[in-house]
Amino acid sequence: MSVSASLDVSKENSLLGSTSLKRRLIGGMAGGITGFAAMLIVLIVFTIVISVVIGGYKNITWEFLTEAPKEGMMEGGIFPAIFGTVIMTMLMSLMAVPLGTVTAIYLSEFAKPTSIFARSIRFAVNTLASIPSIVFGLFGLGFFVQFVGSSIDSVTNPGTLVWGQPNILWASMTMGLLTMPVVIVSVEEAIRTVPKEWRDASLALGATRLQTIRKIVIPGSLSGILTGMILAISRGAGEVAPILFTGAAFFLPQIPHALSSQFMHLGYHIYILATQSSNVEKTIPLQYATTLVLLALTFTLNLTAVILRSRLRGKSQSA
Amino acid sequence: MLEEMQKDHSQQLRTEMPPLHPDEGFNAPVNTPVKVSSRGLNLYYGEKHALTDVSLEIPTNRVTAFIGPSGCGKSTFLRTLNRMNDTIVGCKITGEVIMDSVNIYDPRLDVVELRKRVGMVFQKSNPFPKSIWENVAYGPKILGENNKSTLNELVERSLKQAALWEEVKDRLQHSALGLSGGQQQRLCIARALATSPEVLLMDEPASALDPISTAKIEELIFQLKSNYTIVIVTHNMQQAARVSDITAFFYLGELIEVGNTRDMFTKPAKKQTEDYITGRFG
Repeated sequence: MSVSASLDVSKENSLLGSTSLKRRLIGGMAGGITGFAAMLIVLIVFTIVISVVIGGYKNITWEFLTEAPKEGMMEGGIFPAIFGTVIMTMLMSLMAVPLGTVTAIYLSEFAKPTSIFARSIRFAVNTLASIPSIVFGLFGLGFFVQFVGSSIDSVTNPGTLVWGQPNILWASMTMGLLTMPVVIVSVEEAIRTVPKEWRDASLALGATRLQTIRKIVIPGSLSGILTGMILAISRGAGEVAPILFTGAAFFLPQIPHALSSQFMHLGYHIYILATQSSNVEKTIPLQYATTLVLLALTFTLNLTAVILRSRLRGKSQSA
Repeated sequence: MLEEMQKDHSQQLRTEMPPLHPDEGFNAPVNTPVKVSSRGLNLYYGEKHALTDVSLEIPTNRVTAFIGPSGCGKSTFLRTLNRMNDTIVGCKITGEVIMDSVNIYDPRLDVVELRKRVGMVFQKSNPFPKSIWENVAYGPKILGENNKSTLNELVERSLKQAALWEEVKDRLQHSALGLSGGQQQRLCIARALATSPEVLLMDEPASALDPISTAKIEELIFQLKSNYTIVIVTHNMQQAARVSDITAFFYLGELIEVGNTRDMFTKPAKKQTEDYITGRFG
């Protein structure tokens, strides 16, 4: 009786609004502050994109995209850097995607979730994902260039320097290590979206685990696997630190002709233009244009990933 | 009002179906040899003792129904018959399940061969996101059948057996996900039949279906039993009474009572069975 009476009173109070005004004010402020923070992010992205586009679009010419840098990199184009970035990204994917996909399949389909082995893999993947990219660069230099490369040299051609120096292969492998966690996590997530019912049905029809993975699990998560691939690629295409010591060249007018060649890279090229040029002021238009190309490249890749993912969602909803 | 309508509807269905206790057809006498039997079967999920000492005989070409409240172990027991519990981490089984004088838990047994002979239909219809044709042909293909015309024949035969052929024959290449719930479940039955199993396990095959689709599935079970040994888990007491020849009642992981469906529903030997059947618990 008394409870209901007090309830009535409070309801009346709140309806009359003496306390609710304060609450409404706090509520409104909370909405405003969080909304402002969210707006800020949009603004920042907008500013970056707009300033890069405005500063760079005038310099995007056919010559800029197809020619090598000239005059101490103060004129000419960025073709070797575009080409180098694309080749490095492809080599990186060749390494990271198969290895990452197979690891993800092992983790989600074969490993017992509680086993020490599976747990240590997961721990390693998470650790790998949180290592700063410059550390990957140093590791690549120490491991791939100075250890693996020099060992190959001392076995095949003692006394010469072919693999024991930075090149596009070591850079790609170092970058592959960096993007592997992205591949593993997104492929594993994609595989988890395949309903258990489909697996059960396949197994109950006499299929082995491997047949079930090949015919049901992988086709069912294909868009997700592709999404992970593209996210990894776009991450890798934009990173610079891992390739600083492992293969990126300061200036190289020709495109790489072998796995043991060095290469130019868009991100690294921007860094060079902005800090190492003899006349930094003069390179500003080139910096803008190069940044625009790099942004366009990674945006396109991300957009593809988003489209693929939404297709995947649409499919699973209709199922 | 709604309840009355449902009652009317189920009465209507009842009159369309064969009478409840004829000598032939539904609730047929159990006079056939044993197809599958379990002896002293125990199953553990980690620490949990999910099945205790289950010994049960399942007759050839008859419908055996497992009933009991949720969590009583009836679905778990069903899944021991084609070793689907093997896929569950931490599941341990002792005892024997004998099918045609072979212990299916013998380490030398080929699980693929077993599952070819023991088909399964799940509670939730689970067609693959492939075409209707691909769904039915999946099992034979897995087992190595590649001849297109043989596969075509198998698909047609299985869909006819599952009473779905007439409805889908013009759109075999369409996605199976475009079918209605009842059609999907009959497709899953066709898919299970395509590998020519001898035993068909059905885990609450109609629990997610509307009354008309349910009636179709029950009619189908009735037709299939002349060629297959059918084991069905059901929550629906009326369904067990209608379609099965033998009923087994599970409670808390134990097999409480098993007998002719007619006897089980008219004069159960155990009080627990009677309480459950009359709806006093569960």
